[in-house]
Amino acid sequence: MIQFQNVVKRYPGGQEALSQVSLRMDEGAMAFLTGHSGAGKSTLLKLIALIERPTRGQIKVNGQHLNTLPRRKVPHFRRGIGIIFQDHHLLHDRSVFDNVALPLVILGYRRPEIARRVRAALDKVGLLHKEKAQPVTLSSGEQQRVGIARAVVHKPAILLADEPTGNLDPELSREIMELFLQFNQVGVTTLIASHDLELITTLDKPILKLHGGKLVQTGPRDEAQP
Amino acid sequence: MSRAPGPASRRKASPRGARGGGQPAIHTRFQAWGVNHAQAMVFSLGRLSRNPFGAALTLTVIAIALALPSGLWLALKNLQEASGHWDRGAQLSVFAQDSVTDQDLVQLATRIQALEAVQNAQPLTREDALAEFRALSGFGEALDLLDHNPLPALVLVTPVAAHQGPDAVRALAGQLEALDGVAQAQVDLQWVQRLQALLEMTRRGVGLVAVLLGLGVLLVVGNTIRLDILNRRREIEVAKLVGATDGFIRRPFLYGGLWLGLFGGLLALIIVGVGLLLLNGPVQQLAALYGSDFRLRGPGFSGALGLLGLGVALGLGGSWIAVGRHLRDIEPR
Repeated sequence: MIQFQNVVKRYPGGQEALSQVSLRMDEGAMAFLTGHSGAGKSTLLKLIALIERPTRGQIKVNGQHLNTLPRRKVPHFRRGIGIIFQDHHLLHDRSVFDNVALPLVILGYRRPEIARRVRAALDKVGLLHKEKAQPVTLSSGEQQRVGIARAVVHKPAILLADEPTGNLDPELSREIMELFLQFNQVGVTTLIASHDLELITTLDKPILKLHGGKLVQTGPRDEAQP
Repeated sequence: MSRAPGPASRRKASPRGARGGGQPAIHTRFQAWGVNHAQAMVFSLGRLSRNPFGAALTLTVIAIALALPSGLWLALKNLQEASGHWDRGAQLSVFAQDSVTDQDLVQLATRIQALEAVQNAQPLTREDALAEFRALSGFGEALDLLDHNPLPALVLVTPVAAHQGPDAVRALAGQLEALDGVAQAQVDLQWVQRLQALLEMTRRGVGLVAVLLGLGVLLVVGNTIRLDILNRRREIEVAKLVGATDGFIRRPFLYGGLWLGLFGGLLALIIVGVGLLLLNGPVQQLAALYGSDFRLRGPGFSGALGLLGLGVALGLGGSWIAVGRHLRDIEPR
């Protein structure tokens, strides 16, 4: 569950990225977050993942009040979240397999278990045959799918994606979104920031629209409430 | 995408199990903690070997910085040992007057021997003295040019242990000089004292150099690890993003410092060993000239272990400083 109450985020320098945002996503829900660049989409996702802390207001994620979560508990909190970036944040000095394995290594799984789970995740995104490849040798869409495999390999309760289809062609974008729908179907709370309105309006999921740091509109379904 | 997950209704039955990270069981995690350490050790070792030139350069600097004070300290220890022999055997040379015959000399020795402060009094006739001088000085042929023996008869006096101190020995010398037939009682202590003072000063100097060079090692390791951290900024960000604790991220860097210190210490030990080998021959020759079978002592097992331990401590310390200083600053953006 993700809950925002009158959240304000002001960056040093005075620029207000989010003002008075309230929203609620139930466990297992899925929603899209849209708006112009600079509307606050990334900031909202970063607040959920505790990459940023709110200036004012309450945020509750996975039953934890983020305002009072001490720094040392942040790593454990983040293990419940999978994050996908537009530029995928892959490490180029290691193979696809090792990239995807990273969250499991951090969690302390043994090698055979890591191998099993990594292959399952890679299989899900259709890249099982590329496990030994270096990320640079992959296409943009493939790199994005490796990023997705890494985000879901430890089975987080929440999946966040920031413009996951930002530089993909429409067909690849649709494939990626289909993947997110599948993860949501098995119960992962999924929030995706995207400005690709044309694509996301066809997917029958609530759309949260940010404008100048304010939540201005939701639709078409009322699953996520402002 | 062959294994697409089922519909939402199968959620409960899905093998995904508990949400929220899916942590393994507690005992597995404890085991994994050990595995994690082993992995970090091997990983940091591998990182060192992937950049052999840079690593060799850093290790050489560390090794020299460790070998220099170790070598000096070892030299000092050897000098002390060598001078220790002389110190312990504080002796007095009691020179007899020219009129004293060999028989008188033996009586004189007996009288000296009877003194409370004297442990041993050994008479040395003029012929004995000449023979010893011939054997030890290397000027034997020069003596042949003289038509008479220039050396006086003497009694070599060793004080008892309680009278070995400089003041007591000096008092004894006065007592001996008052005896009939004694020309002079000579104490050969002053140069030993000077040497001791010199050694003490050198010890301080070596200590100072050791501290400075140790600080140097700390900084070299710290800086190496700092660069390593900055080079891996991206990796650290990603690891933090997927829930790595500070400990997990810190570990490979700390082990990196440990390896630098350990291998630097090993290399320093090799440098010291080679230095000893090179010096031992000439030193033995020199000692032989002084009629001694003195040979250079190595650092020994405990000394070697100490040097390695020092290397490890400095390596860990240096990396700890760098890690504490820089890791916290790197946060995902």
